[in-house]
Amino acid sequence: MSLRISTAPHMHNPLTTSRLMQNVCIALMPTVLVGVYAFGFPALMVLAVSVASAVVSEFLWQKIAHQPVRVNDFSAILTGLILGLNLPSTAPWWMAMVGSAFAIIVVKQLFGGLGDNFLNPALAARAVLLASWPVHMAASAYVKPTFFEAGVDAVSAATPLSSPGSYTLMQRLLGQIPGTIGEVSKIAILIGFLFLVCTSTISWRIPVVMVGSVYVFTLLIVGGGFESALIATLSGGVLFGAVFMATDYVTSPIRPVAQIIYAALIGLIIVLIRQFGNYPEGVTYGILLMNIATPLIDRFLPQKIYGYQKKEAKKA
Amino acid sequence: MLTKTFKRGVHPLHNMHEGKSATRDLPVREYVSDTVVISMAMNIGAPAKPCVKKGDHVDIGQVIGEAQGFMSVPVHASVSGEVVAVDSIPSLGAGNVQAVTIKNDFADTWVELHPLGNVEQVDPKAVIPAIQAAGITGMGGASFPTHVKLTFREGATCDTIVVNGAECETHLTADYRLMLEHSTRIVDGLRAVMRALNVPKGIIGIEDNKPEAIVAMEQACQGRAGVSVQPLKTKYPQGGEKQLIEAITGRQVPSGGLPIAAHVVVLNVGTCAAIADAVIDGKPLIQRICTVTGCVRKPSNLMVRIGTITEDIIGECGGYSETPGKIVFGGMMTGIAIPNDQMPVFKSSNGIVVLNEKQAKSKDESPCIHCGRCVAACPIGLNPYQIKVAADKSDFAAAEKLHVMDCILCGSCAYQCPSRRWLTPSFKFCKDHITAEAKAKAAASKPQPPSGDAARNAATSKDVDSMGKQSAGHASKQKGGATK
Repeated sequence: MSLRISTAPHMHNPLTTSRLMQNVCIALMPTVLVGVYAFGFPALMVLAVSVASAVVSEFLWQKIAHQPVRVNDFSAILTGLILGLNLPSTAPWWMAMVGSAFAIIVVKQLFGGLGDNFLNPALAARAVLLASWPVHMAASAYVKPTFFEAGVDAVSAATPLSSPGSYTLMQRLLGQIPGTIGEVSKIAILIGFLFLVCTSTISWRIPVVMVGSVYVFTLLIVGGGFESALIATLSGGVLFGAVFMATDYVTSPIRPVAQIIYAALIGLIIVLIRQFGNYPEGVTYGILLMNIATPLIDRFLPQKIYGYQKKEAKKA
Repeated sequence: MLTKTFKRGVHPLHNMHEGKSATRDLPVREYVSDTVVISMAMNIGAPAKPCVKKGDHVDIGQVIGEAQGFMSVPVHASVSGEVVAVDSIPSLGAGNVQAVTIKNDFADTWVELHPLGNVEQVDPKAVIPAIQAAGITGMGGASFPTHVKLTFREGATCDTIVVNGAECETHLTADYRLMLEHSTRIVDGLRAVMRALNVPKGIIGIEDNKPEAIVAMEQACQGRAGVSVQPLKTKYPQGGEKQLIEAITGRQVPSGGLPIAAHVVVLNVGTCAAIADAVIDGKPLIQRICTVTGCVRKPSNLMVRIGTITEDIIGECGGYSETPGKIVFGGMMTGIAIPNDQMPVFKSSNGIVVLNEKQAKSKDESPCIHCGRCVAACPIGLNPYQIKVAADKSDFAAAEKLHVMDCILCGSCAYQCPSRRWLTPSFKFCKDHITAEAKAKAAASKPQPPSGDAARNAATSKDVDSMGKQSAGHASKQKGGATK
């Protein structure tokens, strides 16, 4: 009889890294379905190219760098999917390809691969695309979803951000507004959020605090009343960013208090950029800036360790 | 039910009755084998020295290994019969330990016993010597000599004895059955200690997944002075010494200190029952309840003699139901995997869990994704992912700065880690290394051999945890042996 010996613990929570990544992919499915339904074949094309490019880039890099190939951990698929959902359906295929390759090779692998990147790969790639090909990325590239009005309206539409009064709350919730593939349907995103929280893939903290923070700071800084603040909160990529990008494990803080500070500050930055910046949208930069601040928050938050408090202070 | 608990922690198998359903309703049955192999190193500290030779006849309860100093306990024959070998067997840690093999003649003759009688009338001064003579060590897994635990330094005060009936490890039901079937014995043992130390309060902590045990113990406490039951939330490591103290008294043991610094002494329910046996009947510790579960045909709670061979126990439980991949002594979270089924049962062996080949397979580490599950799990409040980075670089100074020495090696972080990182093993390695370095430094500056008290401090500062640390316990056993 040959027995295996190893140190304790001898059992593990069945939730593995690959499983967590799969959960996020599953949570994205409602968003993907609505996006493809709303924008049609071009959206499917963009998503397929960005996912394929991310996976191929990861595989090639790990082969070339003689690293163990970990494509099956679903993290590259997820990066590709999130980047694709961050693009307008009119994005040319080569842009999706370049974006994913940049996300995987430059942002993720050059900084040490899974777990060592300090920026969210998909977001950093989106920022690069935004700076490199603004025509294809900015609001001018957004089209109205085809299922919203009869007939394809290929003419660029006003974004809900630059003209807040033009769409009703219901249209915003269902996704009958122009935007990137993933951000339009708030209901699909919320379904994904519930799935992620129920499978304890993420905690509710970052999404809820971030969205709440955008709402509160819009009220305080922009003004205009409760309803217009709500519309601003449901506009653009706030919800998608809060659920799927700000919650990226690698680039968000770990302890609950740190997560709350991080998410609240993202909300503040978004509102500041929207109000005072040149971009109508600030989600990308809000999250990226706080990604950079994450190690600082994690490091400087005081840690409460058992056995260091005065025991009198903790009489139960 | 109003339950208390500690911060963070994990809850393995929470939807499967913590894996205990196979054995929880099975009454304890006795099993005595033909041959026992009794290890001389069953306690933290110095191993005992064999005082019988091949061919000797021994009776049950006869001393076969003499304690070597204060930080050591005597070992007794658990069966009557002939000593067939005094040799060395592989220890659970590294190296070998001495062991006495006895062939059972099933005559069941006992040595002459010296009972002290009713615990409420016994001379308080006689209790601790009786415990020492009975060879009692912590029966929850840490194997710390109980008489050492009950002997305080000058000036230390104790106002509460906490009894650990949490049994927070998955799969194990030994303590549960003991609480159901021998509840009065546990209270007797607790009362004996309370009287010996003149402590007014004794609290028995039990997780709320064992409501029957809570009722049984509450009944047993009725009419007894100063003892009560405290239901606890079912959560791992609820039975960890520090967590139990925090949950029950709201106090924290200062870093690097012993529970007595928080004016508390923690005893396992099994230890209390053994104390009652020693005081009331004068019987030494020669048997214990052991839960045998996992891939065996007939999972059981067995009352086994110390030194019973694993193979015999598995045979008594109907044999393996699948090809075994791993056999764990103790619980799944802190138990130690044994190299083969010839390993005998120790005083601390509260369970034998057999895993099949699939369950025994371990996965390779994948990169840390900073998900924070380890931080959310750590009952001490450490940042395991950061300590692991330091440990991987063998940067012991950095690990110490991140408070690795406060780690109780409960395994919660490693259990939760989705990347299957070897967190707990790394931390144990760090702790052992740092302790060994400190010891070497101390030895260089002060070349005298350590006194009993110093040996006790050395061993305890290393192993403040008393929950199921067989692995840690056995490592320190060798360390303790080396100092002698």
